[in-house]
Amino acid sequence: MFFSMFSAVEIGIIYAIMALGVYLSFRVLDFPDLTVDGSFVTGGAVAAVCIVNGVSPVTATILATIAGFVAGNITGILNTKGKINPLLSGILMMTALYSINLRIMGGSPNIPLLTETTVFKMFGDFWSNTGIDQQLNSWAKAWGAEAVPSTWIVLFIMIIVTIIVKLITDFFLKTEVGLALRATGDNEKMIRSLSANTDNLKIVGLGFSNGLVALSGALIAQNDGFVDLKSGIGMIVIGLASVIIGEAIFGKKTIVRTTLAVILGAIIYRIVLTLALKVEFLDSGDMKVISAILVVGALVTPKFIATIKDQRRRQRKRLELQDKAKGA
Amino acid sequence: MLDLKDISVTFNEGTPDEKKALQDINLTLEQGDFVTVIGSNGAGKSTLMNVISGSQKPDIGTVEIGNKNVTSLPEFKRSRYIGRVFQDPMAGTAPSMTIEENLAMAYARNKKRGLRIGVTKKRKELFKEYLNTLHLGLEDRLNAKVGLLSGGERQALSLLMATFTEPNILLLDEHTAALDPSRAELITKLTGEVVDKFHLTTLMVTHNMQQALDLGNRLIMMDKGQIILDVSGNEKQSLTIEKLLHEFKRIRGQQMENDRAILG
Ligand SMILES: Nc1ncnc2c1ncn2[C@@H]1O[C@H](COP(=O)(O)OP(=O)(O)OP(=O)(O)O)[C@@H](O)[C@H]1O
Ligand SMILES: [Mg+2]
Repeated sequence: MFFSMFSAVEIGIIYAIMALGVYLSFRVLDFPDLTVDGSFVTGGAVAAVCIVNGVSPVTATILATIAGFVAGNITGILNTKGKINPLLSGILMMTALYSINLRIMGGSPNIPLLTETTVFKMFGDFWSNTGIDQQLNSWAKAWGAEAVPSTWIVLFIMIIVTIIVKLITDFFLKTEVGLALRATGDNEKMIRSLSANTDNLKIVGLGFSNGLVALSGALIAQNDGFVDLKSGIGMIVIGLASVIIGEAIFGKKTIVRTTLAVILGAIIYRIVLTLALKVEFLDSGDMKVISAILVVGALVTPKFIATIKDQRRRQRKRLELQDKAKGA
Repeated sequence: MLDLKDISVTFNEGTPDEKKALQDINLTLEQGDFVTVIGSNGAGKSTLMNVISGSQKPDIGTVEIGNKNVTSLPEFKRSRYIGRVFQDPMAGTAPSMTIEENLAMAYARNKKRGLRIGVTKKRKELFKEYLNTLHLGLEDRLNAKVGLLSGGERQALSLLMATFTEPNILLLDEHTAALDPSRAELITKLTGEVVDKFHLTTLMVTHNMQQALDLGNRLIMMDKGQIILDVSGNEKQSLTIEKLLHEFKRIRGQQMENDRAILG
């Protein structure tokens, strides 16, 4: 149990970066961007190809992020300059990326990375000498864990990376450009009347969003030890699920809080998924339908609860009125 | 300050729905002019505002701001020089952002937006000072989301956002129309104050004739895409609602006579 929860958190926090990207497009820009399914794989593919060709894993990861950024830019250009509707722009880009990703991967739908040096392995040697793993694992065992993870380095690196990404995102959304970006999603007419070039803001915003998605894809590939051409299918639903679950549970009062909520949402999503897969008749092939059900649940439940609360409140008022009538 | 030359706009040209929204409009505003614009529905008032702001391109004619030809400048570039308040209180602010964030966006209107924090301590103080002039207590609610404000409060905020960077031209399109009478009066009063304070060159559309008479130093009346009356100075001071209505009937009546003569 401890081990599977540990894995869920570990994976969840890598996907959290992708969820932040989806938050930027869907929520901040109010742009339902489906590029994500493609740009996630682009990130993994670029990182994998670079690493296999001897580029340092850190540089490879940065290049992957840039590739995602450019993909997002193109979706933005399709929408703003080509005047193509947002959904369709994303779908077109996603479809095109499928072939482009295959090209990047040199025509093979899967690139293994198991024997390569990844960002996680890079710091792994140094890490294993510190003895932190043994210490943490002995604590975990003392708490009753049967199986323990072989290393905590991935979790450790990912916490740091995700916090940095969150802080950069928070900062960016508070800058003058960031404010204009948020207003573009909130009231485009207004921010244009305040001399903001909304076309460019959308292009940059979608770039930022897909850059994060690709970064997440690059890290997932390095953690999994391979990149697969089809690994991006349904990514947008996972991202949305994380955003919606996070917002529903932790609220969205301020930007700082919402970005944290999205990260936690991504982790909770993984935990719920892990628990669901423990159910007898479900297997990993059912993951996508579980994801879809989770999104539906997170969307419907808050409204359902609100309706019931409202009904109760009105019923109470009616009863009070009846009581008064009887008393009089 | 503002020069419109031979502006014409036709919608749906060549179809049965063809509509000449503006016909050969010539209008010059001097620095500090405050012009009120009246006219019946569909007269072309909003279209005129849109042509000035750049959200509507004229079919022919030129727009000059401060002797600079801006006809081909896109809206977002032109809005460096133009402050605007819309009729719909929802239109002029970003509802899910806070009062201070909205003000910060307006503050950046005539500057280049960069990767600097938008709401700094220093700016907060400045915003508070400006909000104080509205006398609505908004200075104590800098962190409130604008979506929570009433229509009147939002419109006052929009007015402030449109004016405190001292734009070359201020465009107001029925900006009090969606408000209840007392709020409308408040916004009207604030408008007078703020235009005075910054000496803004202003064009204000209104359906309230009294408002059109009370405010500004010049009044124009539009009908069927044309400016049919243009009065300023003492002549405007002595205008009354009766005189305006009389004038309208006289001009349009005459035109009908002419039409009849042509058709007859
Ligand atoms: N985008 C458009 N497409 C087609 N016709 C338009 C468009 N915008 C305005 N019109 C038409 O142009 C004419 C002038 O419209 P405009 O909005 O300028 O009138 P207005 O004087 O502002 O009227 P109101 O007092 O009702 O606001 C109207 O007949 C209108 O139907
Ligand atoms: Mg109008």
